[in-house]
Amino acid sequence: MTGEFPPTLPGLLLRNAERFGARPAMREKDRGIWQTWTWRQSLEQVRDFALGLAALGFQRGDRLSVIGDNRPRLYWAMLAAQALGGVAVPVYQDSIARELAYVWDHAEVGVIVAEDQEQVDKVLALREALPALRAVIYDDPRGLGAYRYPWLHAFAAVQGRGRAFGRAHPGYFETEVAKGDAEDVALICYTSGTTGPPKGAMLTHRNAIATAESAARAERLRPTDEWLAYLPMAWVGDAFYTLVMSLYVGFTVNCPESPETVTRDLRELGPTVLLAPPRIWESMLTSVEVRAADATPLKRRVFTHFRAVAERVEALRAEGRPVGPGLRLQRALGELLVYGPVRDQLGLGRTRVALTGGAPLGPDTFRFFRAFGVNLKQIYGSTEVTALVALQPDGEADPGTVGRPCPGIEVRIGERGEVLVRSPGVFRGYLKAEEATREVVDADGWFHTGDAGFFDARGHLVIIDRARDVGALADGTPFAPQFIENKLKYSPYVREAVAFGHGRPFVAAMIAIDLGTVGHWAERRGLAYAGYTDLALKDEVRALLAAEVARLNRTLPAPLRVRRFVLLPKDLDPDDAEITRTRKLRRRHIADKYAAVIDALYGGRDAVELATTVTYEDGRQGVLQCRVRVQDVGAPEAAPAAEAARG
Amino acid sequence: MTPRAGASLELRGVAKAFGGVQAVVDVSLSVAPGELVSVIGPNGAGKTTLLNLVNGFYHPDAGRILLDGVDVSRLAPHRVAALGVARTFQNIALFKGMTVLDNLMLGRHVHMRAGALASLLYWGPAQREEVAHRRRVEDVIDFLRLTHLRRAITGALPYGLQKRVELGRALALEPRLLLLDEPMGGMNQEEKEDMARFILDVNEEWGTTIVLIEHDMGVVMDISDRVAVLDMGRKIAEGRPDEVRADPRVITAYLGQARARTAP
Repeated sequence: MTGEFPPTLPGLLLRNAERFGARPAMREKDRGIWQTWTWRQSLEQVRDFALGLAALGFQRGDRLSVIGDNRPRLYWAMLAAQALGGVAVPVYQDSIARELAYVWDHAEVGVIVAEDQEQVDKVLALREALPALRAVIYDDPRGLGAYRYPWLHAFAAVQGRGRAFGRAHPGYFETEVAKGDAEDVALICYTSGTTGPPKGAMLTHRNAIATAESAARAERLRPTDEWLAYLPMAWVGDAFYTLVMSLYVGFTVNCPESPETVTRDLRELGPTVLLAPPRIWESMLTSVEVRAADATPLKRRVFTHFRAVAERVEALRAEGRPVGPGLRLQRALGELLVYGPVRDQLGLGRTRVALTGGAPLGPDTFRFFRAFGVNLKQIYGSTEVTALVALQPDGEADPGTVGRPCPGIEVRIGERGEVLVRSPGVFRGYLKAEEATREVVDADGWFHTGDAGFFDARGHLVIIDRARDVGALADGTPFAPQFIENKLKYSPYVREAVAFGHGRPFVAAMIAIDLGTVGHWAERRGLAYAGYTDLALKDEVRALLAAEVARLNRTLPAPLRVRRFVLLPKDLDPDDAEITRTRKLRRRHIADKYAAVIDALYGGRDAVELATTVTYEDGRQGVLQCRVRVQDVGAPEAAPAAEAARG
Repeated sequence: MTPRAGASLELRGVAKAFGGVQAVVDVSLSVAPGELVSVIGPNGAGKTTLLNLVNGFYHPDAGRILLDGVDVSRLAPHRVAALGVARTFQNIALFKGMTVLDNLMLGRHVHMRAGALASLLYWGPAQREEVAHRRRVEDVIDFLRLTHLRRAITGALPYGLQKRVELGRALALEPRLLLLDEPMGGMNQEEKEDMARFILDVNEEWGTTIVLIEHDMGVVMDISDRVAVLDMGRKIAEGRPDEVRADPRVITAYLGQARARTAP
């Protein structure tokens, strides 16, 4: 498919440098200005760095890790390692030391490319525990001037050595790239497993390119598309779009200035393709609602009116019913007055394809964006199948499904309703864990996703929950905790929820409030609070959440309604191992840690003394001790209070 | 980012009185280029007066102040600033209604050359100059991690961030000598650690000479090359942080006569 170029990611880079030459490949906002590198310049950057790595003794099969925010140089470093037949191992930059040490040691990483001093310091602290580590290279030199270690190098200095090495060894880079084979491992993505230590999923160049091919057939992406790289580099979704899809399609990757400026950079850039997890769509909606609430009464009335119009039109369209001329005219007027400006403010003005994945998005949020003219669609995938399994074709968007399997990707439902996937994207296996690999990939090559799901009448895949979490209430009613948790999370006041019910007489939940929205609610009521814990323990807040739960209960079948809940005095935190870095619950750990709370929920008591450990960012631990009250949820008739509370 | 090397500072027998009050008495102190020297002492010891003398707010009654060997004792503050001396204040002195970016651009005023008319037309040299100034300011914004606050109104920022913006304005001047008057006053521990990091980075990356007044002894002892101690306007000790910490005169000045005698 790449013709005279090797069927690898660096091969695609060579192709793009030839085919797209002077078109922008990469942009980074630096010093307030978007700096651009063309495909040809990107290739030069990768080549110089690869030759520099070669000068440092980097061999085929060696592993290079990157740690930091999305930076062009970190992506180039990944490609440079791959060009030399090496493997890129991106890691989460917010991981605590113990997790980093595990991954770097497990993957026997020889070179780490770190964004800045903060990340270099982490490596320094762990260096003793990493016998395979030979070189650390940094992008931003700031604060590192006084560091004197023979194995610590500046990115630019390595490239300088690379140019000298290239003069001494002409053709070295091209020869190394040509040796590349589609079956070489390109990438090891560590899955922050919900049980046990993370596992390193090995993805080959073939996995990556074949999946890109099927994604490109499912969704028309063009070389002129603009992509914003702001999701964690260690997440397979970022690696797939920013690295693989960009190389395959030839679109431009844009790196924001810093994590704090993403919203602003998004607006300046106006990407044409955007992937965002549900929490980002939700916070965008919240920001729109907050600004609408703060606007003048006239503007607010205009906004409310046209929002209702848009949602009515969207509802009719979703049901396939005709939209009357009056409504169409109003929709057109609304486009001019409200929808267009809102999209522009959010940075979605040019977005052709907006994707949400990783977790379910509340139907209200989903419909809002679609009603406002954003082509928002669900996508489904997993690390072990190179990110992508299914997505919703244009015109078939639906908050309840994850769409159709992409071309070339087979999906079937196995025993216990488990979703099975077979495709050229199915990974090589977990690094140093053949046993674990055999558990998830069967003899016929089907990958067992561990998700429970089914196909609806249209042929769309619907995901219910993790297969092993699906259980039953004491009376035999099937119980999928995530299904209930997702309903609870549709409330803007709920940040996280954990539902219990397997083998129990009824459903109960632990809820972590959303500090932003509940805090805002408290401020509007003049309710003073000192912080998360203080706010979560307030009776008023508990009453607010009780009303919310009662309201959401109406969307649940009667036996599955949440009867009792507690508000946790702290948010669930990956540092406390309660949740993964991609925000998936670690149920077994939570059940152990909060056993006292669960006892209180089912033991009929109305309060519980809770002592819970908290891990601070520097790894120190503390104990949070407080008395948490259990709240009973009334019958759904109590719901009007919920509406009032939302006001 | 072309760093200008740090300046040397020398105070020779400097004295200043306000009416009958002897604020600074016969203080001599020399700071080498690129050094980070802290001045500590109890309240009213004359620390801020000392900084005010260096940057020309006050002129000494006696003694001389030399910047890179040049006598600046009698110069007006704006002349001293033009020689590369920048400072921050105990109480934040920023334009609260202006954006962070504008406050920092103002810090460049000593370097601005274009006349009023050219600036107004924003043409030719004036435009080139503006771009050059903006580049330096962007370096500072990047350095102090203020990228997300460029367009934020300064007065609406939390106190700790305003302190950082004030440091930024001083840095925008491209100082060779930076005078910091309690840059960590009123901050929590995390903000203090951030600020200490920034101060060290300025010192190490750009080689800027720094004179720091600070009450947090932990910070002072951690980041200073040398420490000078003032008490009642006199310098009573000077040396490396560990020497000063162990100096009985310093303990006396800080803890009082009686405590010092009974202290083990």
